[in-house]
Amino acid sequence: MFDIDPLDIQSVWLTLKLASVTTLILLCVATPLAWWLAHNRRWYKGPVAAVVALPLVLPPTVLGFYLLLLMGPQGAVGELTAALGLGRLPFSFAGLVVGSVLFSLPFAVQPIQNAFESMGKRPLEVAATLRAGTWDRFVSVALPLARPGILTAVILAFAHTVGEFGVVLMLGGNIPGETRVLSVAIYSHVEAVEYGAAHVLAGGMVLFSFLVLLGLYLSSGKLSKVVK
Amino acid sequence: MNSIRAQFRMQMDSFVLDATFEAPATGVTALFGPSGSGKTTLLRCIAGLERASGALRVNGETWQDETTFVPTHKRPLGYVFQEASLFPHLSVRANLEYGYKRIAPAARTVQFDQVVEWLGLSHLIERGDVTSLSGGERQRVAIGRALLTSPRILLMDEPLSALDTTSKQEILPYLERLHRELNIPVLYVSHALDEVTRLADHLVLLDKGRVIASAALHETLARLDLPIAHFDDAGAVIEATVAEHDEVYSLSRLGFVGGSLWVGKVEQAPGSRVRARVLARDVSIATAMPRGSSISNILGGIIDEISDEGPDKVILRIRIGASHMLLSRITRRSRDQLGLKVGMPVFTQVKSVALM
Repeated sequence: MFDIDPLDIQSVWLTLKLASVTTLILLCVATPLAWWLAHNRRWYKGPVAAVVALPLVLPPTVLGFYLLLLMGPQGAVGELTAALGLGRLPFSFAGLVVGSVLFSLPFAVQPIQNAFESMGKRPLEVAATLRAGTWDRFVSVALPLARPGILTAVILAFAHTVGEFGVVLMLGGNIPGETRVLSVAIYSHVEAVEYGAAHVLAGGMVLFSFLVLLGLYLSSGKLSKVVK
Repeated sequence: MNSIRAQFRMQMDSFVLDATFEAPATGVTALFGPSGSGKTTLLRCIAGLERASGALRVNGETWQDETTFVPTHKRPLGYVFQEASLFPHLSVRANLEYGYKRIAPAARTVQFDQVVEWLGLSHLIERGDVTSLSGGERQRVAIGRALLTSPRILLMDEPLSALDTTSKQEILPYLERLHRELNIPVLYVSHALDEVTRLADHLVLLDKGRVIASAALHETLARLDLPIAHFDDAGAVIEATVAEHDEVYSLSRLGFVGGSLWVGKVEQAPGSRVRARVLARDVSIATAMPRGSSISNILGGIIDEISDEGPDKVILRIRIGASHMLLSRITRRSRDQLGLKVGMPVFTQVKSVALM
């Protein structure tokens, strides 16, 4: 009964790979974006913040639909990737990564932005009077002080990507080894009335998510202080 | 060369900062004024933390003019904030080393161990968590951290105001030694007159964003046209030398050109320089040499200026010798009964002297 289909194992790995790649890219994108949002006072800060937060309220299918159009043969991005010799993004792993990054962006940006905002300007001013230049201040003061926020962003972005379904289905379809992630695999099993296989994957996912979150919380020191 | 020349203009929420002053870049210069007078903003402009239009030259170097704006991290200054603002993610040692590491070894004029010993930080240095320090300890670490950048000028923004009285008393001696031993000029923002009279050599007086006076401390304190002479605790400062000790009565005599003052015995050896503060309310006036008085400090002088102060009081400035001044606050009736006028010789009776 618990024989796991090799295709399912493949989808587990694919999901982990997608979540890891997405989280890494998000860290690189969200940190400067959060910094900009936390320190910018110009009029266009509001519109930018609203666009970043859009995936919070939009149905994933809407986001998936527009990305599909944009990255498709007739879309601007699609023409660009074709011209660059990168092929088409929809129904590929790269396309999934793009979709996931956009979809989870607010979950990564907001905790980091909150962390930058709550530390205020003072620590950076102090660092400036101690001869630290702009980049030096960011690395030696802002990033370490924002560590709890960054860790929260990592947890949320990773978990949110693992649990994503709508964007993936719209944008990636169901190609084993390329775009068939866990949530899609579970969906396929249920459609085929293979409840046993669905149970294995779904239960495994619950357990895995719990363990990852527990591990991250413990390492962040929040729980470890309570345990002491 | 050793001077600060500043001229700043900036629109603030409730007033316009429009400050121009020149002060010597030696000793301690206090930026003094009531809260909301723009002292802190002015200090932040000097540090480059605030960008006002204007110009700034420190020790002959241009830090700001129409075409130049040297960013804060390239200005050779130390800054002590009102709150210690230690980095919470760093240990005490790492906080102290933060600026020190960023100075090329050849450019360091202040050594690490020297500062640690000097500020009494050796027992704190291995503390990992800066939040475990007391308020006074935190501010000492912050002062040390700023000094370790080998600054050519130290800016201090009310470094004592967030502390309780005990911690203040703990820090003040360090500030005085800083002044004497390190020979780094200090710009010190404060609204506390006693702090300023104790520490400052030069006073820049601010009111509603404008500089209303910039001169030596003893001159500024004795100017009757400035609000400072009309404070309840207004008084004059006399720089004196310990002349002799009287072991029998446990007193010391402080000498200065034009007179001397007896005070409770001081620790300093004869010849040491001390600063004595005489409050205007502790000085009374007699037109003839008083006889049979318990007051031992009677100084002869000449009335220099008289200024009305409210319906019942006047304040007098009396010149003692060539270069010293005393203030005296008396009633308007006494002035009229004694017929006091500018240019009259009088005797001042000094009821109490505070050593700074």
